[in-house]
Amino acid sequence: MNPRGGNGFILEGVRRLGAVTIFLVWLLLASVPALGRPRLLVHQVYNAGARSLIIIMLSGLFVGMVLGLQAFNLLQRFGSEEALGTAAALGLLKELSPVITALLFAGRAGTALTSEIGLMRATDQLTAMEIMAVDPLRHVAAPRFLGGVVAMPLLTVIFSVIGLYGAQLIGVQLMGVDKGVFWSQMQGSVGLHDVSEGVVKSLVFGVACSLIAVHEGYHAEPTAEGVGLATTRTVVASSVITLLLDYVLTAVFL
Amino acid sequence: MRANRTLEIGTGLFVLLGFAALLFLTTQLPASGVKFGAPRAGYHVSAEFDNIGDLKVGAPVTMAGVHVGEVEGIRFDSKNYKAVVSLRVDPQYKQIPEDSYASIQTQGLLGGKYIGISPGGLDSYLKDGSRIEQTQSAIVLESLINKFFANYSSKGSGDSQGQGADNQSKVESRK
Repeated sequence: MNPRGGNGFILEGVRRLGAVTIFLVWLLLASVPALGRPRLLVHQVYNAGARSLIIIMLSGLFVGMVLGLQAFNLLQRFGSEEALGTAAALGLLKELSPVITALLFAGRAGTALTSEIGLMRATDQLTAMEIMAVDPLRHVAAPRFLGGVVAMPLLTVIFSVIGLYGAQLIGVQLMGVDKGVFWSQMQGSVGLHDVSEGVVKSLVFGVACSLIAVHEGYHAEPTAEGVGLATTRTVVASSVITLLLDYVLTAVFL
Repeated sequence: MRANRTLEIGTGLFVLLGFAALLFLTTQLPASGVKFGAPRAGYHVSAEFDNIGDLKVGAPVTMAGVHVGEVEGIRFDSKNYKAVVSLRVDPQYKQIPEDSYASIQTQGLLGGKYIGISPGGLDSYLKDGSRIEQTQSAIVLESLINKFFANYSSKGSGDSQGQGADNQSKVESRK
């Protein structure tokens, strides 16, 4: 694509990073007046959050159940199955819930955002708004961005609770770990800071994933092919950024 | 208007569910949190221990390895400097002799503590509010290891330094 080869590739990456950052600033500026229109925001929280609920809950249940099985199998070798509650709670709260929720969010809500805004761009709806002196950033982009930021932490804690239930289902009902031990060991070693670590992570992921989705849609090439490409880029970029940020945040929190 | 209503209800449910989950995580997971839920059935018995190790609320109470109840509360008695543990025993286990013996034991090598009850021989049974008199404290692994090493090293030094003394005593005993 770029005749300058390797150098151009790097330059293109830097350019895109800069574009996203500038877009974030504009988006944040537009978010303040967007807060004054709660109906738009509620609509987007519904789109990004409520409609992702089924997939999040199902995934949470199965992730929790797998975690219960794997952790039980591992802990059994050391004769300390009682630590299952701790292992499941910490694993879910700190890592699995924020990351898997963000990945699912990118696939379920992020793609919807990108293709919706991209199609608005392709059918000149955004241009029409600009002509009517209606700021599309404020009316289209900002509410969707904020909706994602609000929905992500909520989805994450729901994922955690369902996951814990799944781990408990396997550990206590199937494998016969004592229920009291499961909970008391968990309560003894999980602190509020572990819960807040997960929430902070999910907030950061919420900002990153929503920003990428809205940005890709907003700047999509106004063709059918362009919207498709933008949607793909949203999933790829969101997933990679989520995992990268997860490492950084984990290092910070430890 | 109709579509708007379902949208609002859906969003409301979602937000409600999210905050309920957050409430659950912040209050139910940390041990310091508030506990919800109706109290479980059963009767309550207390026992005093010199040292409970890291026994926690919710730990199981067993007889012959079978789960018969759980630890419901732990507090410190500042008069006797002892830990007072209150136990909830499931209602179907009514016939535990009054002179039963409660000891704090460890599950596995690294596992949590639990309370094991060994039955006594009396015909009168524990009831709500009664106290288990005979108890055995938790065995703290570190102190056990300390004791072992203290024993071991004093023996070792006794062998190397006390050679002369040993000979002397042998001589004396010959006399």
